[in-house]
Amino acid sequence: MSELVLRVEGLSVAFDHPLGKVQAVDGVSLALLPGERFGLAGESGSGKSTLALAILRMIKPPGWIEAGEVWLAGTRLADLGEDRIRALRLAGIALVPQGSMNSLNPVLRIGRQIADAFADHGLRLNRSEEEGRIAALLAEVGLPENVARLYPHELSGGMKQRACIAIAICLRPKVIIADEPTSALDVVVQRQVMATLARVQQELGAAVILIGHDMGLMAQFVDRLGVMYAGRLVEVAPIAEIITRPRHPYTRALIASLPSLEVRGALTGIPGLAPLLRDLPPGCAFHPRCPQAVDRCRTEKPPMRGIGGAEVACHLA
Amino acid sequence: MAPLIEAVGVSKRFPGWLGRESTLALAPLSFAIHSEQPAVTAVVGESGSGKTTLARLLLGLAEPSNGEVKYRGRDLRRLDSEERLAFRRDVQAVFQDPYGVYNPFYRVDHVLRTPVRRFRLAASRAEARALIAEALRGVGLRPEEILGRFPHQLSGGQRQRVMVARALLLKPKLIVADEPVSMVDASLRATILGSLRKLTDEHGISILYITHDLATAYQVSDSILVLYRAHVAEAGAVEQVVTAPQHPYTQLLIAAIPRAHATRDWLAQDGEANLGDRARTSKGCCFADRCPHAASACLEAPPALYRTEPRRAVACVQFRKDPALSAGDLSAVVSEQSASGAEHRHEINPSNRLTRRRRLSC
Repeated sequence: MSELVLRVEGLSVAFDHPLGKVQAVDGVSLALLPGERFGLAGESGSGKSTLALAILRMIKPPGWIEAGEVWLAGTRLADLGEDRIRALRLAGIALVPQGSMNSLNPVLRIGRQIADAFADHGLRLNRSEEEGRIAALLAEVGLPENVARLYPHELSGGMKQRACIAIAICLRPKVIIADEPTSALDVVVQRQVMATLARVQQELGAAVILIGHDMGLMAQFVDRLGVMYAGRLVEVAPIAEIITRPRHPYTRALIASLPSLEVRGALTGIPGLAPLLRDLPPGCAFHPRCPQAVDRCRTEKPPMRGIGGAEVACHLA
Repeated sequence: MAPLIEAVGVSKRFPGWLGRESTLALAPLSFAIHSEQPAVTAVVGESGSGKTTLARLLLGLAEPSNGEVKYRGRDLRRLDSEERLAFRRDVQAVFQDPYGVYNPFYRVDHVLRTPVRRFRLAASRAEARALIAEALRGVGLRPEEILGRFPHQLSGGQRQRVMVARALLLKPKLIVADEPVSMVDASLRATILGSLRKLTDEHGISILYITHDLATAYQVSDSILVLYRAHVAEAGAVEQVVTAPQHPYTQLLIAAIPRAHATRDWLAQDGEANLGDRARTSKGCCFADRCPHAASACLEAPPALYRTEPRRAVACVQFRKDPALSAGDLSAVVSEQSASGAEHRHEINPSNRLTRRRRLSC
């Protein structure tokens, strides 16, 4: 157990809503080995980003963490006070939030924004040390040294995203959570940014949680994939296993919804709409959209169980 | 008959500001969309390649710096009010952001009722209601689930389909759809694109599908234009262009799409190379700085569009043995109209001028 870098046990997040409680994350458990690349896939509203925030204890009212535990390399995060959690964010677990390239401060130079991270984590550096570390960080993500003196608007989207990765790795975290890091970039730049992330992650030996809905990107980047639906993990398996033998009908539908470049006219969506989290259907939450649903799916919530190398929450798998 | 919409050497340059260099947003481009052969034409390119500029020019929302956009043979800038109304009816737009196009204070009915009133599509309220319901059903929505709601009560996919329904109400000849699915989930993408495709197949409406996503373009369109830094890199029938790309940029673009395969070769393919660090040339090919095949000829003059196949043109000197398109006119390559399309156009030009003169003398 001690060799795990991150362990999440039964994590649940709920939000207050005038019409009732919204269960955004429902009993999610996962474990990451050092250096592992784990993917979290699912439609918008499935709870992927909320899970990331909950791991960092960054859920704000009207939301709250209802149950569950998070361990970072043997430290139980629930035991830490707010000060120590704050120190641990970025230094232990770094989050590259969704759309982060657009949340760089437009009136501060990139170098200053990296220096802010050092200062906030109590790193007292003199000018030349600081400049040296910033230059080294930029070099690590493949950016020229002069980027430190530039403002965000002087950078392209891909460069901004690399700058965000530089900030994320500046304190050598053990886990990097990247929430749709390339969703606003075109495919050629996406590949460059993902290659940068892969290289930096290997150099650091950090584990990565990649959040997204592009199954193609997942197939090419992660080692293991968790598929989320309506706040729950419905399938977790090594990526090759999921791609060649998806066991949950929702996983199959997600893969099929990726437009193919080989066969024309094979564009299939997932019928129906994602369920309302405050009013989930009984039994398996996916049953109203599932092409294979049987009576049991409508009444009995399927538990997660191991089948071969995979874990699946489906009565029919 | 004159084509529905025709771009003749259309280009757009944004002027420099406070001594900055001006920006070429779209290099001269010529092609036509005919209403007789409804088809889906995709315009694909990365951000900043000029695809939205092209859409805005064709919609008359921006004025070309050079060349002209013609609606049924008449320059968009010289339409009289009656023709302008006809143009606004025949050519509809669906934009990227299904959140930003709604006024949150109005029920969604508002965006559907406004065109009915403006274009006097219905004689009575009951007729208007029936028309709106029919348009909603046409895009796979149930009117009773949509009407009377506020925008925030609908999902992104529903909102975007309401916009398609709004366009459909006017029975247009062309819909310009600028990134209609980039803000909706993969699972809904297929449904929206499916309803767009149905408009072409069942209602005879042509669609200009503007996207950065080559894979969905391949799925729904008949022809494709690949833009790179304001220039057409490759154009033609979608099947040929996507399955056997000839321009090095199209090849790079297709190789960069991550596939849901068990073979993992995506990251290894180019790693972090091709960053575009080589100096850009201002006079040569706009892709020369990233091109693996760049030769000295590429740095000297921009390549012409060479017609490598009846329905394909490629802007790359590797194909200079093939005939160059006359005046860079992509009409014949993009639409299935035979090569006679070009002569056709020359015929209508004088008569066109005539009608305009006659109008002036009136």
